[in-house]
Amino acid sequence: MPYKYIEGLTSADVAFEAIGKTIEEMFESAGVAVLGTMVRDPNNIKQKTKRTIEKSAPTIEKLLFDFLDELIFLKDAEQMFFSGFKAKISGEEGDYSLKVEAKGEKIDAKRHDIAIDAKAVTMHKFEVKQTPGGWRAQVIIDV
Amino acid sequence: MFLQNLKKPTFTKVSDCIWEIPPSFKQGMRVPSRVYATKKILDEMDLAVYDQLTNVATLPGICRCAYCMPDGHSGYGFPIGGVAAFDTSEGVISPGGVGFDINCGMRLVRTDLTFDDVKPKLHELIDELFKKVPSGVGCTGFVKITKDEFKKVIEGGAGWCVRKGYGWDEDLRRTEEDGCMKHTDVSKISQRAITRGYDQIGTLGSGNHYLEIQVVKEENIFDKEAAKKLGIFPNQVVVMFHCGSRGFGHQIATDSLNAFLPVMESKYGIKILDKELACAPFSSPEGQTYYKAMNGGINMAFANRQVILHRIREVFSQVFKQDAETLGLHQVYDVTHNTAKIEKYNIDGSMKEVLVHRKGATRAFGPDRPEVPQEYRDIGQPVIIGGSMETGSYLLLGTKRAEEETWGSTAHGSGRTMSRTKAKSMFRGDQLQKDMEKRGILIRTDSMSGLAEEAGAAYKNIDDVIEATNQAGISKKVVRFVPIANVKG
Repeated sequence: MPYKYIEGLTSADVAFEAIGKTIEEMFESAGVAVLGTMVRDPNNIKQKTKRTIEKSAPTIEKLLFDFLDELIFLKDAEQMFFSGFKAKISGEEGDYSLKVEAKGEKIDAKRHDIAIDAKAVTMHKFEVKQTPGGWRAQVIIDV
Repeated sequence: MFLQNLKKPTFTKVSDCIWEIPPSFKQGMRVPSRVYATKKILDEMDLAVYDQLTNVATLPGICRCAYCMPDGHSGYGFPIGGVAAFDTSEGVISPGGVGFDINCGMRLVRTDLTFDDVKPKLHELIDELFKKVPSGVGCTGFVKITKDEFKKVIEGGAGWCVRKGYGWDEDLRRTEEDGCMKHTDVSKISQRAITRGYDQIGTLGSGNHYLEIQVVKEENIFDKEAAKKLGIFPNQVVVMFHCGSRGFGHQIATDSLNAFLPVMESKYGIKILDKELACAPFSSPEGQTYYKAMNGGINMAFANRQVILHRIREVFSQVFKQDAETLGLHQVYDVTHNTAKIEKYNIDGSMKEVLVHRKGATRAFGPDRPEVPQEYRDIGQPVIIGGSMETGSYLLLGTKRAEEETWGSTAHGSGRTMSRTKAKSMFRGDQLQKDMEKRGILIRTDSMSGLAEEAGAAYKNIDDVIEATNQAGISKKVVRFVPIANVKG
């Protein structure tokens, strides 16, 4: 998957970098990276239940923050893990919209090889950048 | 691209355990920063700690100094182990000075049982505790209430639980703030936070949260008289646990970050060096909203630990076939180590109200304080310090010196030295579990990789941390506990 966990940015928490050729791909990678902090293998999460996540924000950074925060919210509020994402982003600076078709299943501690709870997305060294190859985000998750 | 280019400060030695970074270290510092540590701990501390601590010293209204306790390690916003007080009329409140896990804290329960009584039942005990105290990702508790009733928990804290039969009256007075912050306003808390946490009362959560059965060894009692007053005796079995306000508190923190960032500079002209230091004047509408919501988070965590105590009493009663009173399952104390609270201190000769932020730091009031329950008032406030699951934990007492020097604060734990990723690459959870069992520590967990991340070697030596607080005089040692069984969240 186009994401990797980063050493050296945080000792108590989890940092990752997510990339994508398009901004949508980068969002989808970041969604899986959040799941990857909570389970050993995101591929173990079956894509049984569908959910549409919609967010709007003035900046791409805030849009990504809100999307990842929603995944952490749904983990507690509905005990759901999501492993498959199809994102669509529209709008312009000042008014972006995101629609994600997310697929996943109820948390099952016996089957899912749980790693650690994600408590929150942090703003610490939070970055979204356009690169020559596409898009890249750097995120630290409080665990 | 990701390497951080951090400058090592030049410290001024104040004493063997106090090191000062002057305001000239960084532009914008309003006050110096002080690190409470032995030279060894100071030299081994992550440089990001000093960067974050000196960022704190730039915040408006900060009084006297930004402090870091010896278990300090890098977080975001404040370092973990950071303590700072702000003038309540001119200063700020910062969620980054409290942490996402509002009122993460420790509770200690004593028993009249000895190690010999417990040994034959230890497997059964830990298996039952693992069943009755849910842990891990997305876990929910046995207290089934509506969202409306949950609002009463937010207002009532541990008191709500005792009224519902989940505890004893004495538990409340042996909890910091009697288990309830008064300045709470449910209307300042989002529906999102309530939805996220209303069914999580009585759950441990995950990461470094745990519930542990521990033993008192005679050679580990450092202050016999104080130990006696706290109900501690040789060979005794005690239960210690560590958890906070779960998803509810995490969401309050996230909501506040979202509320503070857009107004901080535009409305209040506050420039910060790290977005996680987002803050607002304490007296502003945004500051007051966070304060009153955060107090609700504190109350939820007190309730959470209260219900867990109730479950512990149930399990011991069931396993030993005697009631919890007969088994002497009394709460020693409950402390919070992620808070911002209004307290009064003597500043330049006059008593002044300040907002003390403790992020990974424990209140440590000395003797004669009305906030400390009557039975402990002559010795000082009990301070509960959890070590890593492999090493041991401590019960300390607060001191007058802490009140004079560190806004009545001391350390909260061991403090990480190794990143989670590195710990996972060095240790295997299943192997660690086997090795620990051989050494006489049973582990129950739903997460073997999470277990590897909590390996003892990933933390500072707890004895060094405690020695530093003891030498500095900001808390004093009473007893060290040795783990024999652990439920790791």
